[in-house]
Order: sequence, then C-alpha cells, then structure tokens
Amino acid sequence: MKFATKLIHSGQTIDPRTGALGMPIYQTSTFRQQSLDNFGKYDYARSDNPSREALEEAVAALEGGNRGFAFASGMAAISSTLLIFSPGDHLVVCDDVYGGAYRVLTQIFSRLGIQSTFVDATSVEAIEAAIRPETKGIYLETPSNPLIKVTDLRAVAAIARQRGIITMVDNTFMTPYLQRPLELGCDIVLYSGTKFLNGHSDVICGFAIVNDTDLGNRIRFIQNGFGAILGPQDSFLTMRGLKTLKIRMDQSQQNTIKIVEWLKQQKQVTKIHYPGLPEHPGYEIHKAQADGPGAVFSFELDTFENTKKLLEGSKLSAFAVSLGGVESIISYPAKMSHAAVPKEERERKGIKDTLVRLSVGLEDSDDMIADIAQALK
Amino acid sequence: MKISTQAVQIGLEWDTRTGALSVPIYQVATFRHPGLGQSTGFDYSRSANPTRQSLEDGIARLDGAARGFAYASGMAAITSLMLLFKSGDHLVVTEDLYGGTCRLFDKILNQYGLTFTYVDTTDLQAVQDAITKNTKAVFMETLTNPLLKFADIPALSVLCKAHNLLLIADNTFLTPYLLRPLDLGADIAVYSASKYLSGHNDTIAGLITAKDPQLAEEVYYKQNGAGAILGPQDSWLVIRGMKTLGVRLDRQQENALKIALWLQKQPRVRKVYYPGLDEHTDKELMERDCRGFGAMVAFEVDQHSLVEQLLLKTRLISFAESLGGVETLMTFPEGQTHADIPPDVRARLGINNVLLRLSIGIEDIDDLIEDLSQAFEGDSK
Repeated sequence: MKFATKLIHSGQTIDPRTGALGMPIYQTSTFRQQSLDNFGKYDYARSDNPSREALEEAVAALEGGNRGFAFASGMAAISSTLLIFSPGDHLVVCDDVYGGAYRVLTQIFSRLGIQSTFVDATSVEAIEAAIRPETKGIYLETPSNPLIKVTDLRAVAAIARQRGIITMVDNTFMTPYLQRPLELGCDIVLYSGTKFLNGHSDVICGFAIVNDTDLGNRIRFIQNGFGAILGPQDSFLTMRGLKTLKIRMDQSQQNTIKIVEWLKQQKQVTKIHYPGLPEHPGYEIHKAQADGPGAVFSFELDTFENTKKLLEGSKLSAFAVSLGGVESIISYPAKMSHAAVPKEERERKGIKDTLVRLSVGLEDSDDMIADIAQALK
Repeated sequence: MKISTQAVQIGLEWDTRTGALSVPIYQVATFRHPGLGQSTGFDYSRSANPTRQSLEDGIARLDGAARGFAYASGMAAITSLMLLFKSGDHLVVTEDLYGGTCRLFDKILNQYGLTFTYVDTTDLQAVQDAITKNTKAVFMETLTNPLLKFADIPALSVLCKAHNLLLIADNTFLTPYLLRPLDLGADIAVYSASKYLSGHNDTIAGLITAKDPQLAEEVYYKQNGAGAILGPQDSWLVIRGMKTLGVRLDRQQENALKIALWLQKQPRVRKVYYPGLDEHTDKELMERDCRGFGAMVAFEVDQHSLVEQLLLKTRLISFAESLGGVETLMTFPEGQTHADIPPDVRARLGINNVLLRLSIGIEDIDDLIEDLSQAFEGDSK
C-alpha cells in the first residue's frame, strides 16, 4: 500500500460496532469489566483508550514500526522516552537540538544523573569521538532546528548498533512521508505531532515509535507509569490531521521551493539554509536518506532592522512559535525556539540575531512572495 | 487573494487578545453585557457565536458574498432558506436533485403550499417554459447528483433577472475552490458542508452565502428565527477542514479523472459519467466557468449482480452514503441517496439499478484502482 493510502487506511479507521468511518472519541476514563478473572483489553484510559490506540497504530504503520505511543506533547514524548535511561547513562546529542529538548537534558535529566555531550552531528567522527563506555543513547535531529544541518543517519545508526547504543531521531521536520529513520537503522523515532503530523496549529501532541518489541515494552511501561498520554479529543484531531499529511506536505514543499528561489534573488537575504539547495553542505546525504527537502528553512538577513521589519510586517505569515501548520509561520529562533539556549552558546552555534525561520503553509506561493516583498520594502 | 490562501486565513485574525492561530471554540450560550443597552456584538449564541461567525465570514469571503450563514446540516440550510418563500409560491428545480432535497420539497414543504416543477436545468428553454406567474426562484445544483450535469449559470441568471426570480445554486459538489456561483450571477449559494468543505466525513453542517446585503439580512432573519444553527464545535471542525480544501480537491480531481479513464476501459462498465471526460456534454461549459471538474464519478455496469459485488468486495473503498471526504466511498443511488425520487422519474433520469456513484478520496490512485480491479474480478461470470 502506498503512503497516501496508508494515511487514510492505517490503524483502526472504522468503528467495528457501528461501521462509522473513524473511531469514536472515547471521552471516558474507565471501562466496565465483564469478568473477575479476565479483564478486557481496556480497563483504564491512561493505559489504553481506543481513540488513542487508533492513532498509535496509524503512526506506527506509517513509520514502518511495530509500536507507536502518543503523548501529551512533543516534550512529553521526548521526556518519557528519555526515562528509559538510568542514572550514570550518557547521551550524545546534536548541538543545535531544539531548545526545549536542550532544556530538559541540561536542567532536568542532568539532575537525574543522565549526562549529555553536545556535538556537531554533521560529523560522524565527532559523534563517534564523543562516545564513552557509559554512552547508552545518541539523540539526533536531521535536518536540525533552526540551522537545517544534516546528519548521516545510516552511518550513525551503524556505529551505534555495533556498540549497543540506542539511536533516537526527532523526525518532526520530515514526518514519515519524507524520512523514515527506522528503515535507516535507527531505533526510536520521536515527534512533536503538533507540527506537520497534525498540521493545523491546533493540537499539542507527541509520539515515540519503535520497531523492536523489547524497546516498545520499555517505553510502554513509562507511558503507562508516568502517564503523559494524549487525550481522546486530541487523538481524534491528530488522526484527522494526519489524513491530509501527504497532500499538505507536497503543497508546502512545492511552495517552499518557490519561495526559496525568490529569496535567493533578494539583496537583503545573505544566506539560506535549506537542504533542497545543491549548495547546502548536507544536500547529498539528505537526498540519500529522505524523499524531499521539507517545508521549513531558515535564512539570514543583512541587518537587524530588516529582520525586525520582516517579522513584524508579514501579514500572511503569522509571527509565532511552532511550525508545520497549514498557515505559514515565521519565527525568530534567537528569542523563540532557542531562547532556552544561553546567548554565547547560541551565537557559537550560528543562531544569529538576523536569522529567521519560515515554516511554509498552504497559502498560494504568489500571495506568500508578495507578502514577504511588502514586509521587506 | 487566491482561494487556497483565503481558506487558510479563516479565523486567523479573530483572537487579537491572545493571538491564537486557531479561532477559539466558544462553547457558550450567552454573553455578559458591558452595560445597559450595550452589546459586545454577541448576546446569545443562536443569534451570533464568534466561532460560527468566523466560519460564516470565511465562506462569505470564499464565495465573494455579502454574508455567510452556518446551519446544523445541509438540509437545515435549505429548509431555512425556503422560509424566504410563502404559501402559493412556486420554484423551478433541477430534476436530478439530491434525494433529501426532493423529499423536503415534495413531502414536507408542499404541505405548506409551496409548489415545485422539476426540469432539466441544463435546458434553458425547459426552465423558461416552467416559469409561471407564481414562480419566485430557480433552485439548481451546480453539478447535479448523481449524473453530473452542469448548467449554464450566467444564462440562467439572465433569465431569472428578466422574470425577477432568485437564482439559488447548490454548489456542494464543486465548492468555491472550483466554482463561485455568485460571480456568475446566482443570488444565493447553498452547501452541504458535510461534504468537501469539511472534507473528513466527520461533521454534519450546512452553509449559505448571499450576494446582496439586503437579501442576506432576510436570510439572517430566518436563520436566527428558526434557529437551525451550527454549534461551535462543528463550526470549528468545518473551518479546520476548509484549510485543506484546495490540496484535497486537487488530489481528488486528479484521482477522479484517472479512475474515470480506467473505468471506461473495463469490459463490464457500460457508461461512465465524469465531466472531465471529452465525451461529457458539459465539459466545455465547465471549462469556461470552473477551475476543475470535481471528484464525483458515476458509472453503469452491465448487470445488477455486479453492483452488489462491487459494493461488498471493495476493501479500501467503503460502501457508504455521503461524499466529499478524504476516503473514497461508493454508493448505489437508486437504493440510497435517490430512494425518495419516484421510480418513473428515476428511470427517466437514468438512475437505474446498475448505476454506482463514487466519491473519490485522496488515497494513492494505484491502490484505488487495484481495489476496484479485485472487486470487479470477484467473480468470473
């Protein structure tokens, strides 16, 4: 079955009792039991809820995994997954990791005895060099946020596998439509489902997906024990959003390519970070592991004044946090997604005060370009 | 601004207090007044609700209308609209009308003294001949159901204006993305938003747009008076659905044409109805007026026994009523959507016991064709 069809027909898409197209929203906390000896499949909705389960089965199928887990947010998915590690364990993490992940790693998990080393993950050698005897996990984002740096997932996964290290990939920017890390040898795929998967800027949710039964059981234990689950309404909405993932992504990506081409010709734009450009340093690697460059990119302007003008003057692109919605969203990494990263650390990483990130939506690309042009004027 | 951009923009500007990108769901019945004789613009949710209003403003913009109105269902929209007329009034109506509208007209509204004459609205002369001194409106479907005929709206508009009639266009099958009836001279557009506009087979809703502000005021009066409004949750879901209207329809149409062409090649298919096919009589007219041919395909098979086989053996394609969603659905008009049309009328229209209707979704085309293919092969008779 091809991807577009899988989106419509993966998981439980028809209510077995009534034939309704779509699982009902089971807004319930508990389930009546028939027998003292054998509890039914469902007993308490934190453990299992049919609305959530339909979504979890769908995302697992899309990813080519055997188990998916839905969480209350992307950070809940990341934090719950990191709880499979123990005090004394060490992680190697890509250095321009999302600010929220940086914050939990350096301020929460560090207190629990899990230490992280941040490395430039465009270099497989740098990752390898950071591995210690107690390293249990490698945590990656590719393309990264906001500098759109690319990591060779096959190469890192091969190194990790040899040493029994778990590779985790936050695949939020790509979605399973464009990149499936499990197929490249990685062990856990993480998502902020809030972004492209749900795609309408109206739900907060997260996922973890695996293709290994033992690893699945470990995450399941944490999901149920910690309980940072996704509610039934939001599960339904995300399932609904997922149906149009491919056509949204196709359109957004097509629009992105046009906007990037146009920006290249603007004198105020000094640099564009987008893996669809042949001059991008990760172009070849990205092409080998993903089916498209995606719909998020960042670019640098010549002056701070122009940066401010663009951010405040965009009418169509909402100046806001988040990305991956039907609406275009323009954001300012230095003060938004990466505000949790200290200033000197941020500047060392290249997240300058003139860097702008654009997540391209479904508006007509002509309207988008006209909007950016008027804001820059 | 183009339609797909406008659709994405719906509700975006509403919540200036918080800047939220999505209009809030105002699950509220009433609103506190700032002072005696003062209103925030919202008093009671039947009259106006901010979530519903975002949807209503959105569809109005998409249709180029003075105002938009949201109802509890497509039928609630049409029923509320019919309250514009009074006992003794007469309407000329498209003959292969949706069964539910037909039932409303012939079995409910006729009891209140409204009369209806059914004609082929693609035949201008037939429409003209049906006009009487009591005629007040022409009610048409822009793309008819299930046989996908397309009428000349500008010509009908000229005729209606000459006789001082309202031209009402049910634009459910095309949506503003493909056709804007008000631009072509219709006075009112009607939608079952349960179909393409919401687009996910998960909401029941109706919408109306009116071109003229004074006519819109009358429509509002009936909406508020009869109160068949759309609730805030469903209003919000329709807005959400409309944001992907363009990308969904692009894909649905592309799939529909491919399926129509594939069906034409099947030995057991006698006839295929799809306006994007060269042999369809209204193709040229649609090319003039529309941005596409929609995503509904009807076809006749050689034997009734094959109807049941196809309906039950398809796996991806569900045997279900309704249409316009992301999932492909197949239905049997004679027994389902058009069961309320008298048998002799059905026979004359070509709605027979070998006719099937497909509402094409956004699945991958190869999978859809494979599914149909295995269903056709189901028996080797």
